Amino acid sequence: MSIRLHQLTLGYGSRLLLDHITAELPDGQLTALLGRNGTGKSTLLRAIAGLGPIRSGEIRLCDQELTGLTAQQRARTISFVTTDKVRIANLTCEEVVALGRAPYTDWIGRLNDEDRRIVRRALQLTGMESFGHKTMDTLSDGECQRIMIARALAQDTPIVLLDEPTAFLDLPNRYELGTLLRRLAHHEGKCIVFSTHDLDVALSLCDSVALIDPPTLHHLPTEAMVHSGHIERLFTGDGLHFDPDSRSVRAAKE
Amino acid sequence: MKAQEHTLSPSGSPAEGKELHKTTHCKTTYYSSTNHTTNTPPNPEKKIRAPHRSHLYNNRKKRHTLLFVGLSVLLILLFAVDLTIGSADITLRDVWAALTGGECSAIHRQIILHIRLLKALTALLAGAALAASGLQMQTLFRNPLAGPYVLGLSSGASLGVALFLLGAPLLGVAHHSIVQSLGIAGAAWIGSALVLFIVMAVSRRIKDIMVILILGMMLGSGISSVVEMLQYLSDESALKSFVIWTMGSLGEVTSEQMQLLVPTILAGLLLSIASIKPLNLLLLGEHYARTMGLNILRARRLIFVSTILLAGTCTAFCGPIGFIGLAVPHLARMLFASADHRTLMPASMLIGALLLVGCDLLTKSFAFPINTVTALLGIPVVIVVVLRNRNFF
Repeated sequence: MSIRLHQLTLGYGSRLLLDHITAELPDGQLTALLGRNGTGKSTLLRAIAGLGPIRSGEIRLCDQELTGLTAQQRARTISFVTTDKVRIANLTCEEVVALGRAPYTDWIGRLNDEDRRIVRRALQLTGMESFGHKTMDTLSDGECQRIMIARALAQDTPIVLLDEPTAFLDLPNRYELGTLLRRLAHHEGKCIVFSTHDLDVALSLCDSVALIDPPTLHHLPTEAMVHSGHIERLFTGDGLHFDPDSRSVRAAKE
Repeated sequence: MKAQEHTLSPSGSPAEGKELHKTTHCKTTYYSSTNHTTNTPPNPEKKIRAPHRSHLYNNRKKRHTLLFVGLSVLLILLFAVDLTIGSADITLRDVWAALTGGECSAIHRQIILHIRLLKALTALLAGAALAASGLQMQTLFRNPLAGPYVLGLSSGASLGVALFLLGAPLLGVAHHSIVQSLGIAGAAWIGSALVLFIVMAVSRRIKDIMVILILGMMLGSGISSVVEMLQYLSDESALKSFVIWTMGSLGEVTSEQMQLLVPTILAGLLLSIASIKPLNLLLLGEHYARTMGLNILRARRLIFVSTILLAGTCTAFCGPIGFIGLAVPHLARMLFASADHRTLMPASMLIGALLLVGCDLLTKSFAFPINTVTALLGIPVVIVVVLRNRNFF
């Protein structure tokens, strides 16, 4: 298992977000993390990435306890695409992707031939080869997101986390990005987890879906999730309901 | 954990270059430090050639080399001119003789070696130091308008020096020159460290860059008022030595002080070179930097110590000098069109040294205080930066 959460409890301040959740995410799979705003999607991703505090329980990455890893070991195990915007003038896409090699490079960050090859391949895999020399401030949201994913690929980690990668993207871009993540999970054998509000992208492209139903987490294969009734519960009382057969959200019949 | 290897074809891309790297899953052998852990593809016959560098890349590299050579030559020229110009009329031949230990009058030798060379060296080191600390502050705070002067570090150093110079006579250590220069430096380090500590602590909680700038300015103004109050309370001779210090001058540095200034500035510059990789990672923000393996505490400590050594020492011995730290990193960005600190750091040091040696030349010719010249040089740069409103972070 790439990611193993055991009796994990998360929260901040006096708020309890997730209470003793247990889940296992294997490699070679794309998993969507669903849940309403403020239910702890980002908090969970950050905790797995080693950025946030854990109240109790355990996170194991590739059979190693997260807290036992050094910063560099962690950086070679897990990469994270955050919601932070990177729009820096004078910084080329290739330089950003090359920064992903940081856990492997020397004190000043020199790239060797192998690093350069990996950077180029990461750009290829994300379909951004022709953008290598463009600067970050000239890209669209979708292109920017792809470069940040290429950077995560260059980091060469078995686990990749993404925090709302489809936000700010237009409709075709959302599906293209989802397809890209799916391909990377299946062909590169990576364990990819992304949080999203795009129910349709999640249900049509992901192998499994993790749904936060505060304060618990349900993690099921997509097909099982659709018919589990958990998704319907998200909408109760809003005049909307989720229809498992068409896998879409509809207005409740009067 | 099963090791999987896939050769993958990215959305119909041609077959070459597919097997570039294999992801061996959950490989838990970690390598201790800096060596590369890339796996060689098991099927070497499909190995693709290393990507060739494009024209654009080569042009950029050529441009950088040209700029570095040009700026270095200019610096050497200005440094040389700086040695030959001064109130005393000394011929070029005598300047050369004094420097190389040849035949020339003792007075001329004294002027060249103990006044002009000292001053030019101070300008060179202070310029490089202020620019390097400015670049560090701008990236650390992700704020294009940050710099040691703007963030109040120079004011903090002033307060330290004021407390020392105005208070030392009471302790009876004032006129011992080595104690005095150590005391001034130490007081400046403590003062600027205190201000930087406060600014960094607040910036951890509040991400708004304007808040940090305003906080720095307010701290600076508050400290200046305290310093002025101190002046009213102190005796005449202590006041005199402090007022001379506040005027900010490259020429007040004595050769004893140089023995302290040169090693500390060099140490600070070395630390700032060591901070190049952390700074590059911090370009993408703290979260990204941490997930790419940056030990954020260690990086902050490194940048903190380096900046205190650079900005604190400069302020201790040359007085508060504005705008170099703020404007020079932007000049480097404009000239080199780069955001990579491997280019920006040496470029900033070079341009900073160049500008301050140039300022020294101007102040010598017209007897202006150094701060007036640095302000006039720096303000247009800041205005351009503000008006362009580009994203540097």
